[in-house]
Amino acid sequence: MGYISEESLDSIPLKLLEMGCLPGAEVRLVQIAPLKDPLYICVNGSHLAIRKETASEIKILKSE
Amino acid sequence: MSKKDIKVALIGNPNTGKTSLFNQLTGLTQKVGNYPGVTVDKKQGTCKLSATQNAIITDLPGTYSINPTSIDESIVLKTLLKKDIKESPDVILVVADVENLKRNLLLFSQIKDLEIPTVLAINMVDQMTRKGISIDLTALKEELNTEVVLISARKNQGIEAVKATIIKCHVAAKATPMCDNKKIDPAYFDALKAINPDYTLYELWLMVTQKNFPEGISKQEKEKLLSFNKDGSKLKRYQHKETIYRYQEINKVLKKTYLVDKSKATDVRAKLDKIFTHKIFGYFIFLLVLLLIFQAIFDWSSLPMDLIDTTFAELSDFARGNLPAGVFSDLIVEGIIPGIGGVLIFIPQIAILFLFIAVLEETGYMSRVVFLMDKIMRRFGMNGISVIPLISGTACAIPAIMATRTISSWKERLITILVVPFTTCSARLPVYAILISLIIPDTKIFGFYNLQAFTLLMLYALGFVTAILGAYILQKTLKIKSNSFFVVEMPNYKIPSIKNVLLDVLEKTKAFVLGAGKIILALSVVLWFLASNGPESYKNAEQNTIEKVAGTNVGADALQQKIAAAKLENSYIGIMGKFIEPAIRPLGYDWKIGIALITSFAAREVFVGTLATIYSVGSDAENTATIKEKMRSEINPATGKKVFNFPAGMSLLVFYAFAMQCMATLAIVKRETKTWKWPLIQLFGMTGLAYVCSLIVFQILK
Repeated sequence: MGYISEESLDSIPLKLLEMGCLPGAEVRLVQIAPLKDPLYICVNGSHLAIRKETASEIKILKSE
Repeated sequence: MSKKDIKVALIGNPNTGKTSLFNQLTGLTQKVGNYPGVTVDKKQGTCKLSATQNAIITDLPGTYSINPTSIDESIVLKTLLKKDIKESPDVILVVADVENLKRNLLLFSQIKDLEIPTVLAINMVDQMTRKGISIDLTALKEELNTEVVLISARKNQGIEAVKATIIKCHVAAKATPMCDNKKIDPAYFDALKAINPDYTLYELWLMVTQKNFPEGISKQEKEKLLSFNKDGSKLKRYQHKETIYRYQEINKVLKKTYLVDKSKATDVRAKLDKIFTHKIFGYFIFLLVLLLIFQAIFDWSSLPMDLIDTTFAELSDFARGNLPAGVFSDLIVEGIIPGIGGVLIFIPQIAILFLFIAVLEETGYMSRVVFLMDKIMRRFGMNGISVIPLISGTACAIPAIMATRTISSWKERLITILVVPFTTCSARLPVYAILISLIIPDTKIFGFYNLQAFTLLMLYALGFVTAILGAYILQKTLKIKSNSFFVVEMPNYKIPSIKNVLLDVLEKTKAFVLGAGKIILALSVVLWFLASNGPESYKNAEQNTIEKVAGTNVGADALQQKIAAAKLENSYIGIMGKFIEPAIRPLGYDWKIGIALITSFAAREVFVGTLATIYSVGSDAENTATIKEKMRSEINPATGKKVFNFPAGMSLLVFYAFAMQCMATLAIVKRETKTWKWPLIQLFGMTGLAYVCSLIVFQILK
């Protein structure tokens, strides 16, 4: 569980932004695939599977 | 289409039940066509809105945004930017999922800014109480300045309201935009708007960002627009800002109108995800699903297929007995009837495969498979999404290659396209089925599993393994740089709607039968002609045979068979088969199989149809055995052995597993890759591999 940091705005791909990965939004890691990649996340009500390399471009502020 | 029909474009995110609504509105009036220039299917249907008003509804591909990242999505943009009065939609119907309303409204806000009359249909409202969602409909209509309808497409609720609202919206005044990009940078966007005031600001902005210009834009204007595109990083920053701005506006609206009581939310989804994406159970369940599919296509389809097989044999007999003798009835009895039978015999297997794929996609399970398989597939240069084409490929490579369009990385997509034809498509099934039943005994192994079914399973495994290995080699050899980007939505689990599944199966089966069926039928007729005509030696064959056996003790029946065989050998097709015989003899084939190989290059399934034609040509009316029995009893005159013995049969199975023998697939690969290079590589690479492997198999088993 965490929040997308405001700084990462420029590095997030437009498509992810459009699917709800907005700065300030709450992100929850639902599941990691058996081979440690991709990640299954829930952000802004969207349930998405993204690869680690994409996820690494999003800075997260931990809330827990 | 009459002049006053309202043209409605149906738009929405994937997994919003857009197809359900389309099915409810149009039912069986749906037609699948093509968009000019691209191969994306264009689904259209007619809907009776009222006693006097009809609508033509176009189902556009599902998309999250108007900014496309795949070919499918670019269709939406192209359709919406068109100013052509004939083609551009009068009303846009946006479908949204009540649970993901926020994200769905992003697309809605973009469409609203195009200023085309828009209706918002919020779907799956029957789930609202269960999910603890409440909507203030009146306030929402006011805030969005749009007609909003609450529907449940699966339960057929609210459909009449949608129809009435389309009519109402059609006569209403011009729609108003929702967001104003001027707020981002007034000077920049004022200058943009000045280029052509006939278009809305957002339309011009889309032309700049997507470099997609409708016909009405002059060359001068196009250059001016392109000058806005020069500063890439600024453009990207503005697109980001625009998206955030849109979400801010949406949040403002939803705050006043949309409430979720989280305590009521159930966790069925989380529980199912835990099982389906589990590191052991997840793969185990996927394997079971695959086994079930293969068992089903072999078991469930055998009865209807046998029925079709014998029906057409009887039909041929009946026609022979009741039609006057002559060339015309020969054409019907020996060319057309077996040809049609050869097409219809696929329907059971293809329909079952499409049925399974439709159910897996409808339930949301397919996305979990994509999630599970992405890492594995990536090792072989593909993408988690490649699993769907590879499974669809077991029905037909053509829809499978089209299904690769959602893969946004070009390299991963190309590799998937190149290896998909290795998967065992249903056109190979009749070939496999007939060969397996000839060379593999019908016994059980391990006491319960049918040996024939097991052989088929091994052939499927061979196809998959080859596809995967081929992908691995391609990944290492192809020098293409493309960034691999992967975002897949994990939709909520749903019980599949029978109507959606059946319409999907019907549509795909129809497209397959009409598409491939035409080739098969045409070839059957050509084959019949080539087999029943020939040069001088063909005309003399009967006389020569009679002279040859003169004086020897040959019965009338045996003489007739000898004449028939001599005729076939000297026909055009016999000459073609004989011509390639030296090349295929090391593989264990005779010239008759050679003929079937030649014709199979049009489409694999023609193998069976060809042999049906070859063997029925020259047989007499009382003795039309079905094709299988004829093949079983076929003896090679040179060796005295059965033609379809174990080594030759295995060699043929391997040949059909690897060879590229489908003209329709090559054509589609050419269209999708926009060059002949890739289909030619497929044709020669796969067929060369087939030749070498079959040679090895036959020489070892011999």
